[in-house]
Amino acid sequence: MTTFLGMPATAPRGVGHLRGDQTFPQAAHDALGNSQLRRNLRHATTTIRGKSGKVIAELPDWQSLRDAGSAIKADVMARLPFLLEQLEEKVTAAGGVVHWAADANEANAIVTRLVQETGSSRVIKVKSMATQEIGLNEALEEAGITPVETDLAELIVQLGDDKPSHILVPAIHRNRSEIREIFLRAMPGVDPALTDDPPVLAAAARRYLRETFLSTKVAVSGANFAIAETGTLAVVESEGNGRMCLTLPDTLITVMGIEKVLPAWQDLEVFLQLLPRASTGERMNPYTTMWTGVTPGDGPQNFHLILLDNGRSAVLADTVGREALHCIRCSACLNVCPVYERTGGHAYGSVYPGPIGAVLSPQLTGVADNASLPYASSLCGACFDACPVKIDIPSLLVHLRNQVPHPAGERAAMAAAAYTMARPRLYANAQRAAKLARIVGRRGRGLPPPLSGWTAGRDLPEIPKQTFRDWWAARDSGVGER
Amino acid sequence: MRIALFATCLADTLFPEAAKATVLLLERLGHEVVFPSQQTCCGQMHINTGYQAAALPLVKRYASVFDPYDVIVAPSGSCVGSIRHQHAMVAASYGDAGLASRAADVASRTYELSELLIDVLKVEDVGAYYPHRVTYHPTCHSLRMTRVGDKPLRLLRQVRGLDLVELPAAEQCCGFGGTFAIKNAETSTAMLADKMTNIVSTGADVCTAGDASCLMHIGGGLSRLRTGVRTVHLAEILAATEFIS
Repeated sequence: MTTFLGMPATAPRGVGHLRGDQTFPQAAHDALGNSQLRRNLRHATTTIRGKSGKVIAELPDWQSLRDAGSAIKADVMARLPFLLEQLEEKVTAAGGVVHWAADANEANAIVTRLVQETGSSRVIKVKSMATQEIGLNEALEEAGITPVETDLAELIVQLGDDKPSHILVPAIHRNRSEIREIFLRAMPGVDPALTDDPPVLAAAARRYLRETFLSTKVAVSGANFAIAETGTLAVVESEGNGRMCLTLPDTLITVMGIEKVLPAWQDLEVFLQLLPRASTGERMNPYTTMWTGVTPGDGPQNFHLILLDNGRSAVLADTVGREALHCIRCSACLNVCPVYERTGGHAYGSVYPGPIGAVLSPQLTGVADNASLPYASSLCGACFDACPVKIDIPSLLVHLRNQVPHPAGERAAMAAAAYTMARPRLYANAQRAAKLARIVGRRGRGLPPPLSGWTAGRDLPEIPKQTFRDWWAARDSGVGER
Repeated sequence: MRIALFATCLADTLFPEAAKATVLLLERLGHEVVFPSQQTCCGQMHINTGYQAAALPLVKRYASVFDPYDVIVAPSGSCVGSIRHQHAMVAASYGDAGLASRAADVASRTYELSELLIDVLKVEDVGAYYPHRVTYHPTCHSLRMTRVGDKPLRLLRQVRGLDLVELPAAEQCCGFGGTFAIKNAETSTAMLADKMTNIVSTGADVCTAGDASCLMHIGGGLSRLRTGVRTVHLAEILAATEFIS
């Protein structure tokens, strides 16, 4: 490998909310025991799957759109440095200020400083994965600044002192009676007679948020897209809270992962068709807000764009793994994933859960630091078929598993198996020795760990009297059964 | 037609009836089956668990053992999926470009059983007789890697005496996933529980599929719960007749 003088050998890794304290199997154990969680998840993912499937079926050119989305993203990754500099130039020319953040800590420090410079002690926030990733809320609170989430589900998570468990529907693990309890406990000025009727809950949130919108001078957002050729930023959303945050305050600070840039305005044609149908199951998202720098007399008069790396350059350096950067955060892969549906998002330990999280989080942190996530999949492939930009998640999982530092016992067992299978005679003998498996107990009950994981819920098959190979040999020589 | 059988290590060792049935079925249809004795395993377990370098000799072995044959069949959508979609990749990463192109070439001549019957041998009615109520589980790799589509169902619909009942949420993974079943045993069995509920709801006596691996997992669960539902490989149903069943 070549190292350029004066450059680090590898790009810095990501820090922030990208890794849990437990391994996936440990965290999944707790989640699987929570039957309320599983009911909530099954109901929610089944509903979104149905809606999304219906509107996708309306488009005769859906597969072509997926191809286009994939091709545009591959092009972006191939010339990311150029596009980012072009974006910086255009945003600056339009009156915005561009900041570059190598990791979460740098990004948090920049946002904190910018908010402090305005003199405001409160910011309103548009739902954003990037700011969840870097733990911006905690950093602001430490500096005495109050962040208020304005997306309803994100507000539920914030008031519940909880963590998001889904990219699109962060409070998917909560049902309405739990939401009522959270509001009663934590929402300032809430009516104590609040019921769990959804319109009543929504009205309570609206009353609280409306006051906050009108009295806060600084907003923080993420971005769904940024157009390099024009310097335009875009946020798509469903509730209108984003439109309020992006237009009402004096100062707007946007934190954007560097992979979100698109070359041209025309590329939005593809992504604005793909994203809502794959994501919320809508033909068009209710609100699409776009802005280019600062417009005198209209909207925020101070605009800051923070371009966040936090491990993305390191992902880009892997020409196979970089496909994970194509993600447009629609969460279609979560909604079709049989593993996610049973464990929920918290088991992944990262703000990016589900199949895309299992390939993105370990790459951002470095695979060794997140080694259980690439195995959090049965490789069923439903995510690949659902992905609007055709990220081959199963192949990426296999690619990352090959980089994981393996436990010594497993390494020895795999080496022994490969050695045997490379030698047909030894292999044939080992097959017959499989009969010995019968001595470990009736149909395998009583196997030692990790094989006991199999027999905890499943019997082993009866060991056949004769392998196929032996049957064939006997038949070939004319002595076996026909 | 002369057809080389790749029995797969799992069927060879633990589910020989699936491989035998493949032989008997193809012979009944008038074809010659050969079993190259130097075959072992496709290496999928190594590749999918993160041991691609260890899988390289197995990829090489598959390509050289089966290179002499024009048509190769395996009674597994998953092993065929690995051969088609992973062998050339492993060969390119750890071997050389020559091996990669040889692996891709042999892979292009390797068929899953239902593909061989419908696409190559152009037969849907294989003359089978199987008087049971049967539900079919489309395994993930046969569906989304090998892309056999509805071919197994088309074959099953022609089997005399067979009462085919639709499996609810059929395309959901059963939870096997190779070493996933051990590394994430609890999640795997949670997925299996839902699959079993759906299977039992059909009232079928038999659950069939094109992969012995998924059937080992599903069958192990059905047996543990004493549901009375058996798992039988697709090849065994297609090989069954009035005389041998």
